[in-house]
Amino acid sequence: MAIFLTKDSRVLVQGMTGAEGSRHTARMLAAGTEVVAGVTPGKGGRSVDFGERAVPVFGSVAEAMAETGADVSVVFVPPRFTGSAVEEAVTAGIPLCVVITEGVPVHDAVRFRALAAGRTRIIGPNCPGLISPGQSSAGIIPADITAAGRIGLVSKSGTLTYQLMYELRDVGFSTAVGIGGDPVIGTTHIDCLQAFQEDPGTDAIVMIGEIGGDAEERAAAYIERHVTKPVVAYVAGFTAPEGKTMGHAGAIVSGSSGTAQAKKEALEAVGVRVGRTPSETARLMRSALDRAAA
Amino acid sequence: MDLYEHQAKELFGRHGIPIPPGRVAATPEEAKAVAAELGVPVVIKAQVKTGGRGKAGGIKAAAGPASAEEEAAGVLGMDIKGHLVRTVLVEAATVPFEEYYAAFLVDRAQGGFLAMVSAQGGMEIEELAETDPDAIVRLPIDPVTGVDADTARLLAAKAGLPDAAAPVLERLWQVMIEEDALLVEVNPLICTTDQRIVALDGKVTLDDAAAFRHSWAYTEASAGLEEQARAKGLNYVKLDGRVGVIGNGAGLVMSTLDVVAGAGAAPANFLDIGGGASAQVMADGLEIILADPDVRSVLVNVFGGITTCDAVANGIVTALELLGERGLARPIVVRLDGNNAEVGRRILSDARHPVVRQVSTMDGAAETAARLAAGV
Repeated sequence: MAIFLTKDSRVLVQGMTGAEGSRHTARMLAAGTEVVAGVTPGKGGRSVDFGERAVPVFGSVAEAMAETGADVSVVFVPPRFTGSAVEEAVTAGIPLCVVITEGVPVHDAVRFRALAAGRTRIIGPNCPGLISPGQSSAGIIPADITAAGRIGLVSKSGTLTYQLMYELRDVGFSTAVGIGGDPVIGTTHIDCLQAFQEDPGTDAIVMIGEIGGDAEERAAAYIERHVTKPVVAYVAGFTAPEGKTMGHAGAIVSGSSGTAQAKKEALEAVGVRVGRTPSETARLMRSALDRAAA
Repeated sequence: MDLYEHQAKELFGRHGIPIPPGRVAATPEEAKAVAAELGVPVVIKAQVKTGGRGKAGGIKAAAGPASAEEEAAGVLGMDIKGHLVRTVLVEAATVPFEEYYAAFLVDRAQGGFLAMVSAQGGMEIEELAETDPDAIVRLPIDPVTGVDADTARLLAAKAGLPDAAAPVLERLWQVMIEEDALLVEVNPLICTTDQRIVALDGKVTLDDAAAFRHSWAYTEASAGLEEQARAKGLNYVKLDGRVGVIGNGAGLVMSTLDVVAGAGAAPANFLDIGGGASAQVMADGLEIILADPDVRSVLVNVFGGITTCDAVANGIVTALELLGERGLARPIVVRLDGNNAEVGRRILSDARHPVVRQVSTMDGAAETAARLAAGV
């Protein structure tokens, strides 16, 4: 089992005819993903050849969904067009929309998030997407660094996700979700914690946070009340100075709020073990799994 | 991007929000001239992007041009929480009868827009939120309908502001939307004895990601290396330590800084070269880091995902060739992990570059870099 994305997911790619879109479509296909359509306005009717498979291109998301039964969209269009691309997918009624694009204006994210409420699950923007190893991949997470297994992972950061997946590759993952590091995102840590808690294919959860905002603190409060599976966590940014943006638009400490220390303390207060480094976090996960099995 | 008070007020002025008359000055003589032009008692306000400047002595009253010159001379060049005062705002002293607080912001927790209004302005809003949370009216704003005249009147009424404040709130919202702002804050928004509503201060944060649809001309006065890095499209932040850090991905680099600190050394910088990590980008990154005289050792921490470790290793080798002599000055510790890590490590060891040392784990690499920086 997995969350949000399974072997039955039928994926369309918005912006598939662009350089990034076509490169990552080829990788998603290689990872076993059912990529059934591409969408590029004005380029409907052609198809793109990916070796063994030619993927048809449609002029609109609605048309692609009607023709192919697509139920997941992965968005690779440039930042200035991302807002309208996502709004189109939401309006067409896509159940899951994964927004990879980095540099989307925050106001655009606020608008498509509001439009999607109750209709479409949005992951991102500025995220690596999600992967259910051995089943399907929607985004840019490398498929060959880990195996299928029973750990769920949720993270703001792409490369830290890969690092943890790699360190625990022998144990394997049900689903790894990169929710993105922007100030306004669709799916949150809490949404993923809830889904992993309900997923019979997930035994334990790794949560990776970073400085900025209070998402980790809120996740801690949620874990205390609703999560019975073992959770281990890692928080990046202990040495980040106040007021400086650390790469992710959301990773900025303002005043006393959003510090890594505050997040670590909030998580530890509800019994979540927090690793000091990614490798210690992986060790904590192994011992949590051992204890659960004992 | 945070704006200076005078830039925020200029935006307010363009959107029809009343502000005190005034102008920015970079020298005491300019401050004197502005005060003379205004012909009324003035306030000299340090232009720094940090709070608490009043307490730090960065706001002074001056009765006329001569004292304006004198006070400006004292404020210019001050260091307020590490921010150098390069300019002051000289504006007509405006006496508040009442002080309010008004802000629109992006609420990360809810992923939406939020209005915050209070009849108790003037103090730090964080303080007010703790001592008297009910004194702040919080209203989520629908991104589609926004703040119209009715919503603005409702906000003013709920918070206990006079009706005259409503049109100002509506215009502040227009600043928020039309300028792609993440924060528009006025503290204090005042009511004068003659019942005028005036924005006495202004704090605006613009969304850098939206720059493509604006003609903003705000320049950041950042330090030399940060400037150079920005020109090369690199994400670089200068820090105080001695271990230079390069990595791919913001989260991994932040994590690397922490691991370096855990190994007992302070990182000299944050530098994210992103997912691609081509030879040229690696060379640009190394060049920036090696140009920092504080750096004693360099830690390159890369996780090979889609860009595999062999590509990264070739990038490092080519980068060091491009750098020539400049690349030899300080030890470079490289940790490669992830896809094709072994191939990448072999490429680096075959290159036999005199300053490159490889360590296979992130923790071990950080310890080595820390030790080298300490000269052990």
